[in-house]
Amino acid sequence: MNLLLVILAPFLYALFIPFLYKHTKHIHTGWFVLWLPIILFVYLLNFVPVVAKGDIIKKTIDWVPSLGVNFTVYIDGLGLLFALLITGLGTLVVLYSIYYLSLQSEPLNNFYVYLLLFMGAMLGVVLSDNLIVLYVFWELTSLSSSLLIAYWYQREKSRYGALKSLFITVAGGFAMLAGFVLLYAMTGTFSIREIIAQTDIIVNHVLFVPSMILILLGAFSKSAQFPFHIWLPDAMEAPTPISAYLHSATMVKAGIFLVARLSPIYAGNPHWFWIISIIGIITLFWGAFFAIRQTDLKSILAYSTVSQLGLIMCLLGLGSAAVHYNYEQIYTVATLAAILHLINHATFKGSLFMVAGIIDHQTGTRDIDKLGGLVTIMPITFTLAIIGSCSMAGIFPFNGFLSKELFYTGLINSINIETFNMELWGITLIVIAWIASIFTFVYSMIVVFKSFMGKHKPYYLKKEPKEASLGLIIPPAILAFLVVILGLFPNILSQSIIAPTMHSIYALAPTHIFEVNIYHWHGLTPELFMTIGVIVIGFLLYKNLDKWLKVYSVLKLNKKEPLNTIYDWFLELLDRASLRITQLQMTGLLRDYLAYILIFMIFLIGYTFSKYVSTQYVIPEISIYSWYILIFIFMAICTTISILFINSRVTAIIITGIIGFQLALFFVIFRAPDLALTKLLIETVMTVLFLLCFYHLPKLKKETFKSTFKLTNALISIGVGLMVTVIAFTSMALSNENPIKPISNYFIENSYELAGGKNLVNVILVDFRGLDTLLEVLVLAIAALGLIALIKHRVKGKEDI
Amino acid sequence: MEIMMIVYIGVLFTVGTYMILTNVILRIILGIILLSHGAHLLLLTMSGLGETSPPLLGENAISYADPLPQALILTAIVINFGVTAFLLVLGYRTYQEHQTDNLEELRGSSDE
Repeated sequence: MNLLLVILAPFLYALFIPFLYKHTKHIHTGWFVLWLPIILFVYLLNFVPVVAKGDIIKKTIDWVPSLGVNFTVYIDGLGLLFALLITGLGTLVVLYSIYYLSLQSEPLNNFYVYLLLFMGAMLGVVLSDNLIVLYVFWELTSLSSSLLIAYWYQREKSRYGALKSLFITVAGGFAMLAGFVLLYAMTGTFSIREIIAQTDIIVNHVLFVPSMILILLGAFSKSAQFPFHIWLPDAMEAPTPISAYLHSATMVKAGIFLVARLSPIYAGNPHWFWIISIIGIITLFWGAFFAIRQTDLKSILAYSTVSQLGLIMCLLGLGSAAVHYNYEQIYTVATLAAILHLINHATFKGSLFMVAGIIDHQTGTRDIDKLGGLVTIMPITFTLAIIGSCSMAGIFPFNGFLSKELFYTGLINSINIETFNMELWGITLIVIAWIASIFTFVYSMIVVFKSFMGKHKPYYLKKEPKEASLGLIIPPAILAFLVVILGLFPNILSQSIIAPTMHSIYALAPTHIFEVNIYHWHGLTPELFMTIGVIVIGFLLYKNLDKWLKVYSVLKLNKKEPLNTIYDWFLELLDRASLRITQLQMTGLLRDYLAYILIFMIFLIGYTFSKYVSTQYVIPEISIYSWYILIFIFMAICTTISILFINSRVTAIIITGIIGFQLALFFVIFRAPDLALTKLLIETVMTVLFLLCFYHLPKLKKETFKSTFKLTNALISIGVGLMVTVIAFTSMALSNENPIKPISNYFIENSYELAGGKNLVNVILVDFRGLDTLLEVLVLAIAALGLIALIKHRVKGKEDI
Repeated sequence: MEIMMIVYIGVLFTVGTYMILTNVILRIILGIILLSHGAHLLLLTMSGLGETSPPLLGENAISYADPLPQALILTAIVINFGVTAFLLVLGYRTYQEHQTDNLEELRGSSDE
């Protein structure tokens, strides 16, 4: 099987889904989809031993070779880990969705097309070596994710959530693209491998830090880091299989993938270390803090996802310090913890979402205030829930315990980092992380005990609750099984998956050996006491939940968080501001638009003049004055100005005619007989036409011809007049200084010899430049036809013309 | 002479611009006519207004007026005539349909 097909197969298969759906009405479409992720998963498993040996698989096909954009599939430890997560969880999610979505009432073809689109895009993100290709797939994940969130597009909240996630992730993705372009500007290549090879050169480049910040914006918005996390809780309007797949295990980890992928370039830089660690820890705390206040099961899980993603991000930041110390064991612990928690989070969060979906599916509600006492009715679901929650809270012997312990270890080791002032700040980080862990413990308890323990309240539920069908149970059961297995035997993945992943995060040669060894019992270490403290204090807090939850209302933080309010306010502001600006300039009045155009012209030309044209004119050599011409000019000026003061239509038309005749007179004076003839004729026809049109007009509004004086109009028109005058003067003066021989001498010499005519103007019109005349005739013809159409043609039955 | 003509052209442009900035259709059309007059005269003036003979070879003069701008102006006059005629009838039809010649009353649909 071709490697490229791994990425393209979901896209190609998505093409067939609508046909399958249409022609096999009685079989759930999911069954046709199911085999694809299974095959991909098994195929990708083949690479595990290869990658574990340190080999790298690469295959390239040219896309836009002239721009260096090539479609390169690149499989190393990191890419393989993510690809396995995507296909493995994809299989389970498809299986789960077969039982979750009903064949009769849901448009399944849409669902599976979007899902396959997403799966292919996500595989493309993690397996691409080219930044532009990665970006294309990155945006495809945003798009398909929005489509999936708005799967029930009839609901307003779904559309709101989809739009919000699209806005935020695409804005971030765009910043990321800018960062990629900056990387290209520094290195001249889009290939991640080649950029990493040039790291030494670009570290001191001016664009290094800007490109880092832009790329991190993309990563943070995708991975729901503070303050871009607000789209994730609203994305919970998606069907639960989607929440489990996209919003807990795969898409939200794309940002984490990006950070890990580009670590070889940026790690070791203090900005990178601080930005990622601090944003991560803030997200960790913020998510955990708000998760407690939620009453919707999926919202709790969403905030919990935000919080755990912050944890992983923070660990990647701390782990980047290892580059300074030549990858010593104690500093690489943080990266190890990040990878381990990444895997663990995918397992337990996926299963928890599926459990929430089961509760929703079987009872009709996800509100923890309405649920309760389900433990005897749904014992299997309860077991799955408690496994997932305990792992999330970090309780022995599940896998969450291991990654939490390693998280503490990473934090404690980070105090020893000497470069970045960590002696001081390390303690703060530890305290914040520890408090966040307590909150994590509390909301994990809420998830299980509020929904399964306590009093049963059947009157709130829309359905008679009963245990779910086997198909809904199997996928979360497999995940819960993995939670337990990975908890009990944590080292089964260490050499095959985790070590190669760490090699790719640090871009080290395979000869460098990491000792990945994870123990349950590592003595009476501070980590253990921290965990015990979390459990004790968390338990006490949970017992007294009612008393201290008032803190939230005192802080005016109920379910809605302040960042959401800011987001909504900002959108509305944007809307209103753009409306106001549009209304301000788009007045709908011709006069205003003309004023804009003319004022702009005046200023542009005025500026150019003041800057480039010297004011010292040589007054052009003036041809001889004749007194009668001067009188004509004076008369013409008077006539022209007088038109401004005329309030009667007919008089104004006649005065315009007079101006036209004066023009003809000027043509006579300045020796242009043909022009004079044409002008006389046309001016006559025009005046007649004017009178024809306007003499028969309704008389009721005669006064409308009067125009009131407006100072701005006067200033603009004087400006235009001055502009024209000055341009004419200047060009005349300049042409006097540098005279150019006119080409007309050629016409004068050759008109008789070549064309056999003595009237120079006519010869030019029909002989030398006949094409102009041809087209001018065409203009007249079109005008005439247009007139006929205007007069004869009537659109009936329509008011708007 | 050229200077005086340029001043006149400036006046034509000023008055024409002032006319097209008002809100009555007829005034706007008249303003456009004045602007085109200005442009034609400008073309003629810029080629020089010396004491020459008309561009007719039969005159057997020493120097002729430049024929090229005249040909250009002739083309411009005719095109201008076509466009103005069309504008006029358009204005007339607007009157007929809307019973007004005031541009401020001629707005598009109300939800604009």
